[in-house]
Amino acid sequence: MALKKKDILAIKDLDVEEINLILDTAESFKEVSTRDIKKVPTLRGKTVVNLFFEPSTRTRTSFELAAKRLSADVVNFSVSTSSVVKGESLLDTAKNLQAMQADFIVIRHWASGAASLLARVLSSSVINAGDGAHEHPTQALLDLYTLRERKGNLQGMKVAIVGDIAHSRVARSDLYGLKKMGAEVRVVGPATMIPAEIEGLGATVYYHLDEALSGVDAIIMLRLQLERQGKALFPTLREYSRLYCLTLERLHLANRDVLVMHPGPINRGVEIAPEVADGLSSLILDQVTNGIAVRMALLFLLSGGKV
Amino acid sequence: MRLLIANGRLVDPANKLNNLLDVLIMDGKIAKVGPELSKASTGSKALEVIDASGKLVVPGFIDLHTHLREPGYEYKETIKTGTAAASAGGFTTICAMPNTNPVNDNQSVTEFILDKARREGVVNVRPIGAITKGSKGLELAEIAELREAGCVAISDDGHPVMSAEVMRRAMEYAKAFGLPVIDHCEDLTLAEGGMVHEGRISTELGLGGIPAAAEEVMVARDLILAEQTGAHLHLAHISTAGAVRMIREAKTRGVRVTAEACPHHFTLTHEAVIDFDTNKKMNPPLRTKADVEAVIEGLRDDTLDAIATDHAPHAPEDKLQEFETAPFGVIGLETAWPLAYGLVLSGMLTLEQAVAKLTVQPAQIISIDRGTLSEGAVADVTIIDPDVTWTVDPSEFLSKSRNTPFGGWKMRGRVIKTLVSGRVVWSASSGR
Repeated sequence: MALKKKDILAIKDLDVEEINLILDTAESFKEVSTRDIKKVPTLRGKTVVNLFFEPSTRTRTSFELAAKRLSADVVNFSVSTSSVVKGESLLDTAKNLQAMQADFIVIRHWASGAASLLARVLSSSVINAGDGAHEHPTQALLDLYTLRERKGNLQGMKVAIVGDIAHSRVARSDLYGLKKMGAEVRVVGPATMIPAEIEGLGATVYYHLDEALSGVDAIIMLRLQLERQGKALFPTLREYSRLYCLTLERLHLANRDVLVMHPGPINRGVEIAPEVADGLSSLILDQVTNGIAVRMALLFLLSGGKV
Repeated sequence: MRLLIANGRLVDPANKLNNLLDVLIMDGKIAKVGPELSKASTGSKALEVIDASGKLVVPGFIDLHTHLREPGYEYKETIKTGTAAASAGGFTTICAMPNTNPVNDNQSVTEFILDKARREGVVNVRPIGAITKGSKGLELAEIAELREAGCVAISDDGHPVMSAEVMRRAMEYAKAFGLPVIDHCEDLTLAEGGMVHEGRISTELGLGGIPAAAEEVMVARDLILAEQTGAHLHLAHISTAGAVRMIREAKTRGVRVTAEACPHHFTLTHEAVIDFDTNKKMNPPLRTKADVEAVIEGLRDDTLDAIATDHAPHAPEDKLQEFETAPFGVIGLETAWPLAYGLVLSGMLTLEQAVAKLTVQPAQIISIDRGTLSEGAVADVTIIDPDVTWTVDPSEFLSKSRNTPFGGWKMRGRVIKTLVSGRVVWSASSGR
């Protein structure tokens, strides 16, 4: 089977079959990273450009390693060193990169829709590595992969996504992905951080964490963007933490074998207690490991690879 | 020079006419309206005849809300290209919003616009002056002088006056000079960071939302101030059900308020933005189906008096960027009629209502002697083929800009001739 797509822009655009294909393919690529020589020649001669308009360590490094383990050439292009600071538009920048025969453009951008904008005009494959508060499809794919790896099947699973849902692209992509795979999704946070009409996307809204955790199989904690304090979204970090921090005590409200995930970077003691982040339920580092396998699978499939 | 528009269906809501009538134009004025004038019009002067069989003959359209961009943003539009676009859309008078650079907040800018319009314009231009100096919302502009120079209303469109006190004073002051105060109702604190209507679509796209409340809070404030001051308040581009409801209620109590709706707001919903197309980004944003229905109902029961375009040209390079950084605004002069006519075809408005909202009703709002084909009136006339279907091709627009959400749309009804003071300034056959 092959993935008949030029770009990966949003989980919303993928169907269940495509998601399963990506996850299955990732499974076979995961093994490569456990080898002594972590490299296969699959994408030799291909060029991957990491075009990052926002700071990112994890995602950029993950894409870079994924590409390198497939033997592709990788160029990292970040906003502070680019001509974007000279006023070049996003489209002009991308067209120039394409003129240098980039096969893949991996874009992280602060504006929602930036990846779609590129995909419309470029013939290179565009992979959305996070656009504004819109989507972060590769994060959702690695989350789905990680849950599937542990549970085998996501059908009927109850998952809580906790935090600033309104400003989170991870929340949106996870919500779409989990719903497509048959899970039940609860979104949890202060009412100021729950976006309008999210019920329309299939989520159940909770304002109280304790209530939301009852009976869940997995919890996805979102990073609280500390700069949002002072925008009348929550009064103080102290109160936010008291209401929404995932503590060991709260963890007991969920199902016995509950899994805890976080896209990182974590604010220890703000949204997640250190003993939870480092505890037995935590899959936070598995997510990082799996991220490389999922991104290798995507690069492989987008370049026309078949399984 | 005499011109006869013969055999057309004349729709002149000011005179409650919707009949097969001929129009005789002499020296730029409507000389006579009546049946079969060709027989009666044998005279010494040469007679030119336009055969309008099967066509609608209506007063030239009046747009209360046009951005001509000159002075300051001539790369988006000029008085020359904006008035040409107006002529192609059947508009014979357009009101130029003051958010130019410099802002039209003093009589020199007003005079510049009028002078330029006289020399290069194809249709009549009536400037709207700023409410406050630089549209900064702090100190009143020289409103009396703006009026003397030719402004027909005042507005800080796009930069709404946030201070209720300044708005109150502006209304009181303008009232003495008979000028309507036009407000773009948007509470900037509620709308901050917003790009699209706050709702299902803003949530899906991860774009900042502009809640309906941002408009409605200001509509409520303005209505209260209009009631207190007795000033004539005109509310621009009404887009929400709540705003329509409040205006309706205020009108029943006799508050001096008029209001307009834009074709994009009664045609499209926020669902249209799902593809991140910046040509669907405007302010106020496209709203929900319920809002669209309420706006149409408001037009139907005359809560909303006028159809205005909010023609807001932006160059391709302005629009071809990230949705969040692209400017707000769409052009509308060349697509307004078929969209308004769409409401007639779907039975929402009568033909007379649609025409009235583009002619006599806007004329009354700004107190100008246009918008009718009464004998003796200036011969600003628009001739429409109501049956022709056509496809919108933005590359054919006379506007300098192409930022329409209606590219590729199939339309029914098209303006085929536009006359200003009895002179044909646009004709479908020669114009394209």
